[in-house]
Amino acid sequence: MADLTLQLLGLQLFTGIALGALYVLLAIGLSLIFGMLTVVNFAHGAFYMLGAYVGLWLLMHGVNFWTALILVPLAIGALGLLVERTLIRPLYGRGLDYPLLLTFGLSYMIVELVRVFFGNTGYPVDTPDVLQGAVDIGVGYFPLYRLFVIAATVVVLVGLWLFLERTSFGLIVRAGARDPEIVRILGVNIARVWLIVFGIGTGLAGLAGLLAAPLQGVIPEMGGPILAESFVVTVVGGMGSLLGAVVAGLLVGVVVSMTSLFAPEMSRVAIFALMAIVLLLRPQGFFGRAGLMS
Amino acid sequence: MMKNNGLTRRQAVVATGAALASPFLFNIARAEAATIKVGFPVPLTGPYGAEAQDQVRAAQVAIAEFNETGGLKGRRAELLVRDDKLNPGEAATRALELIESDKVDFIVGSLSASVQLAVNNVTKVRKVLYNSISQSDAINEAKEFSRYTFHEALNPHMTGGAVGRYAFSKYGKRVVFLSADYAYGHEMVRGFQAVGKAMGIETLADIRHPLGATDFSALLPRIQALKPDVLVISNFGRDQQIVLKQATDFGLKKSMKIVAPILLYTARIAAGAKAFEGVVGGTSYYWGLEKTIPSAKAFNDRFRKMYNGRLPSDYGSLAYAGVKTFLMAARQVGTTDPEAVIPAMEALKYDYYKGPEYYRKCDHQAVQSVLIIESKNAPPGDPDVFNILAVDQLSEADLRSCQELGFH
Repeated sequence: MADLTLQLLGLQLFTGIALGALYVLLAIGLSLIFGMLTVVNFAHGAFYMLGAYVGLWLLMHGVNFWTALILVPLAIGALGLLVERTLIRPLYGRGLDYPLLLTFGLSYMIVELVRVFFGNTGYPVDTPDVLQGAVDIGVGYFPLYRLFVIAATVVVLVGLWLFLERTSFGLIVRAGARDPEIVRILGVNIARVWLIVFGIGTGLAGLAGLLAAPLQGVIPEMGGPILAESFVVTVVGGMGSLLGAVVAGLLVGVVVSMTSLFAPEMSRVAIFALMAIVLLLRPQGFFGRAGLMS
Repeated sequence: MMKNNGLTRRQAVVATGAALASPFLFNIARAEAATIKVGFPVPLTGPYGAEAQDQVRAAQVAIAEFNETGGLKGRRAELLVRDDKLNPGEAATRALELIESDKVDFIVGSLSASVQLAVNNVTKVRKVLYNSISQSDAINEAKEFSRYTFHEALNPHMTGGAVGRYAFSKYGKRVVFLSADYAYGHEMVRGFQAVGKAMGIETLADIRHPLGATDFSALLPRIQALKPDVLVISNFGRDQQIVLKQATDFGLKKSMKIVAPILLYTARIAAGAKAFEGVVGGTSYYWGLEKTIPSAKAFNDRFRKMYNGRLPSDYGSLAYAGVKTFLMAARQVGTTDPEAVIPAMEALKYDYYKGPEYYRKCDHQAVQSVLIIESKNAPPGDPDVFNILAVDQLSEADLRSCQELGFH
């Protein structure tokens, strides 16, 4: 390819990071929930889609984008609390497949309900006015909104890191992930911790959905493909590892972007090829602990 | 005794004889006496639901007009709408039911290349007349064709050719193709390349994206770097909506002209002005044609009257013409017998809604115009979303030749 320049590669790298940002937000929630609760949350894609739809609904009712950015994660997080408390909690201690099947069924119900209320066809979502257009980032022009998605993800990650590393609740969360039994013996209400962790995870999924809406519009089925890809990210990064989710999320984004440059038809296959290679060389993923699934 | 009002004496005798001879033939005789049934399988559920609903509306207009003007010697027409769910298997089953249990006289419908081929496979074996109202190149080819098959819709070769002729001469000859990686995308690119070769275009890249992609951003920097005059985007529905939005975000429209083989009225209305603004494409029909073509005005007015001021869409209008041609041909020969209707269809010269059309003898493709349109920045709620840049009245020379299609 004669037209391959350093600038193009740089721009392509940025595109990949922007793609990866959404994977990171979704995979962090998945990983957090799995690491703490050992729940494989198959409804995560549905919460993502619901975040986009709640955002759309708010925007249609005159709420501005910035307010929606606060309200959507709160709403989807609250729904997550409700789901954990009423549906998932009774299944703790029954093995991995119980909550897996439950969330799988739940995702179908959520998608169907959205179809009932919003229809099958989906809606376009306008990019907020101040974030429209492209800016020069040194290697070429890049859409402002995608830069915003990267920035929003960084802010969320920093906030989450401070929460987990600098607060006493965060300490309990980390301890609970290591050994829930000891934490319970020490008199900590672990059930409450799990509840909140599930809420945070689903809230992040809702936020990711809202951020994705101006990029691709909303449609009831939008959570399906990205859920599969986010699972790949958590597997590559290591189930239960937050750092793994971040590194693998960005890596998957960049791999998709670079494959698109040379062989666009292969871009989706490349994600799964990456997973296969990582699993062959390091079955627990980049930062995963061996034996967590057993 | 059977009722024989509306029957000729001869038909009555034949029918009575048939009724005595076999219960199966009796059914045919009774269907002949009763209403004319037009089976109409379209994807009411699924991603093209909005388009399919409009197909039903427009087909009902044709039925209503036919009945008001006396039907066929008093026989009224009736539309039997079925949901094919955009699935070839489902469509074949529905078509078979329409033929076997409902005893339809004609089948009109489809909104997908593969679905129409599935329906056509059923109708050609059962020797039932079928008019397909969805784009496909394959249905014209000798191996798919039967004399019971008609194709009222445009095909990718015609559409891509007309849009290519316009775009490459107007906007430049350095071209990048971006298309969905399935039959529709491939056929469209072939249509563009066919005219492009003659015009001496330079293909800078021919990029295929997976069907149903949600993010095209990874493809856009390269297209930007190639600096083409024209970017031809051949995909459909949601894919088209997303890629146009993202191309706008990346600022591609500033340095190149974006061209799509087909711009759908329903899709443009659903997506809003911004993503589509300035995009040039082709269509079989746009209601704005009424400013210059009287039959378009008459059709639009009738549609407006039946549906509270609503305007017909491109695919809807194809359904109108698809149903109307069968009914008018049947009226001409005084029967719905396919063997009599086929030659009448082949001889038909009609102008029902968009100017002159006729079916080519060898492949029953409707020879018609392709409209070149440009999406404009219309405010929400304004139905006038396209400018008609040109009306390309195609001749048989613009179609693939009968020989090329495998007819000898």
